[in-house]
Amino acid sequence: MRKITVININADKCMGCRACEVACSAFHASPKYSSTNPERSRIRVSYDQLNDIYLPVMGGEYTSAECNARYTITLNDKKYEECGFCRASCPSRDLFKDPDSGLPLRCDLCDNLDNGALDEPWCVKWCLNDALTFEEREEEGEEPEMLDDLEYGVRSLIDTHGLEKVVDAVTRISKRE
Amino acid sequence: MRYAETGYNLEIDLTRGSFDKIPTDPRLTELFLGGLGTNAKILWDRVPSETEPFSPDNLLIFGTGILCGTPAPSANRTIVSTFSPQTGLMAFSMMGGFWAPELKFAGYDKLIIRGKSPDLVYLWINGDKVEIRDASHLRGKGPLEVTELIKKELKDPKVQVAAIGLAGENKVFYSSIEHGRSSASRLGVGAVMGDKGLKAIVVRGKKDINVAHPEEFMNLCNEVLQYRNFRWENPIKGVPAILAGVGSPQEMALRDEEWHTTSFSWGHARTRRKGFWTKEVEEQWNNIQDKAIIRLISCYNCPNECGALISYPGLGTPTYMMKCYSKLTYVMGAMSNDLEFGYKIAGQAQEYGMDGYTNPQVMAFAVELYENGILTDKDMPGFPPRAPDGSDEERFFWLVKKIAHREGIGDVLANGVYWAARQIGKGAEEYDHNTTKKHEQMVIKLGMLNPIYYLLYGTGEKANITQIEGQIPQVPLPKDLREEFVTNWIQIPTGKEERFKQFMMEWGDEDKVFPYYPPPDLVCDLVEWQEIMHYIDDATGICAGMSSFLIKPPYHIHNIARMVSLGTGIDISEEELWEIANRNRTLLRAINVRRGVRRKDDEPPVDHWKRRFPDYEAKLKDEYYKFKGWNSDGIPTEETLDRLGLDYVAKDLKESGILGDGKTEGALETSSGGGSEK
Repeated sequence: MRKITVININADKCMGCRACEVACSAFHASPKYSSTNPERSRIRVSYDQLNDIYLPVMGGEYTSAECNARYTITLNDKKYEECGFCRASCPSRDLFKDPDSGLPLRCDLCDNLDNGALDEPWCVKWCLNDALTFEEREEEGEEPEMLDDLEYGVRSLIDTHGLEKVVDAVTRISKRE
Repeated sequence: MRYAETGYNLEIDLTRGSFDKIPTDPRLTELFLGGLGTNAKILWDRVPSETEPFSPDNLLIFGTGILCGTPAPSANRTIVSTFSPQTGLMAFSMMGGFWAPELKFAGYDKLIIRGKSPDLVYLWINGDKVEIRDASHLRGKGPLEVTELIKKELKDPKVQVAAIGLAGENKVFYSSIEHGRSSASRLGVGAVMGDKGLKAIVVRGKKDINVAHPEEFMNLCNEVLQYRNFRWENPIKGVPAILAGVGSPQEMALRDEEWHTTSFSWGHARTRRKGFWTKEVEEQWNNIQDKAIIRLISCYNCPNECGALISYPGLGTPTYMMKCYSKLTYVMGAMSNDLEFGYKIAGQAQEYGMDGYTNPQVMAFAVELYENGILTDKDMPGFPPRAPDGSDEERFFWLVKKIAHREGIGDVLANGVYWAARQIGKGAEEYDHNTTKKHEQMVIKLGMLNPIYYLLYGTGEKANITQIEGQIPQVPLPKDLREEFVTNWIQIPTGKEERFKQFMMEWGDEDKVFPYYPPPDLVCDLVEWQEIMHYIDDATGICAGMSSFLIKPPYHIHNIARMVSLGTGIDISEEELWEIANRNRTLLRAINVRRGVRRKDDEPPVDHWKRRFPDYEAKLKDEYYKFKGWNSDGIPTEETLDRLGLDYVAKDLKESGILGDGKTEGALETSSGGGSEK
């Protein structure tokens, strides 16, 4: 059996306060909660206030190449941002990239609920309007392997520069230090 | 490392077209905290008292609260300070929204603007990159339209924009700085921005804001949110709907408008309509409100929904965002019966960039002058007639356009009631009945003098009662609800618990009524508590709607002191926080004193209450001045200034002859006000 975790986004209830971004970026700071920066958040609210678009989206998997075609969605007469529903950290846009390193940011479910210390992710906890809710269930299948943040970042560097160059760089640096 | 703040201000000189990133003195943080406090310090130091508001030497400061950009819930306020074209005094206006946190993330605690640009420009602050850009294509456009155009121009939907409309460009004395649904709208800060040739300020930031004690800070944030939920689920009994919950208030989410429509005055603050809120009106207005509001919205990192996105077919204005009770100010000013009119004209006025409190009063004042033959068709050619139902809706649409354009009579009215009355003459001065220190006040007219509000209105430096009042109900609670109210009243400052609880328990009893109850010493205590909590919020950037404006708010002196300490790493006790707020309040007073404010100016609107007690009011003022350490003319004494570390202020006031050298100057022999002949 594998555990499936779902963050339900009710965009109709979102009022655009971005508390989810605040809480997420604080949790992922090092040391924990030591800094806030929505730009480092792994959940972002895509908003176009006058067009009544308030859409929280969690960072998903990183992709090294953008899709063959981008897309836009118009729903109930509202045109959403290009690829606005997509969760990928993608070369086509700045979303879900660390502002300093450019490395991908993705939701790690608060590092798997802070190893059991949390009963829900911080973004859900700080969404007092219930635009975000959380559920867990079990399904047939095996637990997939999750990469930690460091491995995940290195993987993206390898995709961009090639394994050889990354290894060379790490070797050079380690000799210098 | 600096915690909670960035440690830098951004200085812009629009005359030279230059900018500097200036490190700030951490000692000033310890003394004034941030936001209003440090704004005031800069204005005291750098803008001499003779500098005209429309001088290039006047500064326009956008300060952020010390907690803005940290996870502290609802800490998102931008505090705009300059000198007001309307009052000549320190202008004090604030806005919520998203702008202040973004400025922090861009790496600055304040933006300080001096000089004047020869051409209309906008500022683009993108972290360390700062540009002054041409704004000629934005001339005459409304703030929301400008915001959308700039987002496209800069290809970044996440920028935060503060902009002025046509009224600001035309230096209407009560023009606002607008930011989405928020606005810094009091005292003409938009006019100063317009005078500087600055159409908009655009900010984008991607840096971190640090806190000193992360884990404890976050726990305290959680406590605040929990208490907010508790208060939301447990509204205060015995007070009007808008005072019962949390928010500033959550005006857009509420539909019960009985309190505003029946307690406040209509027209030019003249007429009470006690029977207005009938079943039919309630039903009709609820339908309109449900139709108009597409979504309730909030400010940065705040769970309350005080704003709304407004649009529906037939509204006649583009979609816009609204907050607070501006949906009613125009309706009541125009003696309208139609909430839809309120949504229509508020949308227009907001795009012109005008203060939703002052604007309807100025227009109702013009209507009154016209009805009394002081203004005529010669002054106002084409002025529409009153509607058959007695409402002035068409006249308001006519007037708002004239004022924003400064066209014809609009050019006079654009200076606000006080100045317009004197410019018009012919007895128009007699109709200036609702201003304090030349600024339009809340449209409330009541019977019996309220000694607490007498001092709040009269002595408040901020000229806006909602930014002075809070903490206690405005009238006594019914007897059976008092016990419950004082139970778990955790917000009271340490040492005052018994005193304030006893007050709430007995206030309203047979011999415990206005005007002689509460006694002056208790009045002073209550007034100070209310105003100090606002001064704390103005330094931290916490919204009054989660704090000082409320009764039993989630934020109070105890947890704010802890939060500031944990956030900044500066150990600040409750007493020290109180003293900082008192220092800021006193410095503001000194700034205004240096610009001429005296005892005689500390008066609420003349007809605020029907029953006035001049001798007793003078006694209240005396007591309050003594309590604050001011002399009988309302000037902080040397002793007081020295005690607060403001000795340089005392020195300045002495050198300019405003303060005599005796420390006991102005012992309380005067009791009728205006004692400036010493």
